[in-house]
Amino acid sequence: MIILLYGLITGILFGFLLQKARVLRYDKQIGALRLLDMTIVKFMLSTVMVAMVGLYLLVDLGLAHLAPKTTILGANLLGSLIFGLGWGLIGYCPGTAIGALAEGRWDAVWGILGMLFGAAVFAEIYPALKTTVLTWGVYGRITLPQVLGLNHWMVIIVFILGGLGLCRWFEQRGL
Amino acid sequence: MQTKTNDGWSPYLAGALAGLVAVLSVGFSGKYLGASTSFVTSAGMIEKLVDAERVARMSYFMQEIPHIDWQWMFLVGIFLGAWLSATTSGSFRVQGVPDRWQQRFGPSRIRRALAAFSGGFIAILGARLTGGCPSGHGISGTMQLSVSGLISLVGFFTGGLIMARLVYGSREPR
Repeated sequence: MIILLYGLITGILFGFLLQKARVLRYDKQIGALRLLDMTIVKFMLSTVMVAMVGLYLLVDLGLAHLAPKTTILGANLLGSLIFGLGWGLIGYCPGTAIGALAEGRWDAVWGILGMLFGAAVFAEIYPALKTTVLTWGVYGRITLPQVLGLNHWMVIIVFILGGLGLCRWFEQRGL
Repeated sequence: MQTKTNDGWSPYLAGALAGLVAVLSVGFSGKYLGASTSFVTSAGMIEKLVDAERVARMSYFMQEIPHIDWQWMFLVGIFLGAWLSATTSGSFRVQGVPDRWQQRFGPSRIRRALAAFSGGFIAILGARLTGGCPSGHGISGTMQLSVSGLISLVGFFTGGLIMARLVYGSREPR
């Protein structure tokens, strides 16, 4: 029961912040995909930069565990491309569709229904995928520092420098 | 911080705070943020109403058991949090056709509904194939520096850039 409450509280905080940054909107998401308005990219980069430092601190202190999802090259490459194509049409991702609906953008309802239908179809075709795409290039639960054989803080520092550089560039170009 | 009227918070500030939320969630409940699995579990819960035995036999629903779990409540929370923020800041707005969409395709709700439905359909298939969405892979995967997350993040934006270009063309707006 308590875990459900944690989920609810985490969601409330996250949804509140998504709305405050105005990233729930179709116009913002499509704005980023058309390279006109980088608000959602700035939001995501800040989230990830803070989160990776915090997370790896906890991990180093033995207070948290990494749980990276399995890398399957075929499924990751194909699936993420397919997701992106759909995303460019709907203009919401699964989480932001829910949030967009909550701020009155009710066209998200159609998207949510499409996602539910798509999820049902995925469950139907899963047995076929399991023996094909989901077997193409399975590398297990790997992280970039493992692959590179580098200390994770080295990778984090490079990632943060890159992220800050990108944000600075967005600001200079007024994106 | 700087709250430009009706323009919300700086995405850097809100994003950094969201990063803190992501870390605290892992620290307190051991849960990484994610969203797309709940569409599967929800579809399963709906299908269970029709034919529970069939659902029980399906391998994907054995793996992703259709019930209300942490992530499902996380999505309920996103709805509540976004609603709270929107209604207390005067930015709640009932809108059935987004502005940018309307500029390009006009005010037809049916047209928008068809695109949103098919977009959602395609997006979730892709998300389940790669094992996550911009939350599960984009945020949770990237914060762990997981290879699957980083690949997916690049793929999400690549696919999105391609489709946005197909939908809107290459010309600069206005």
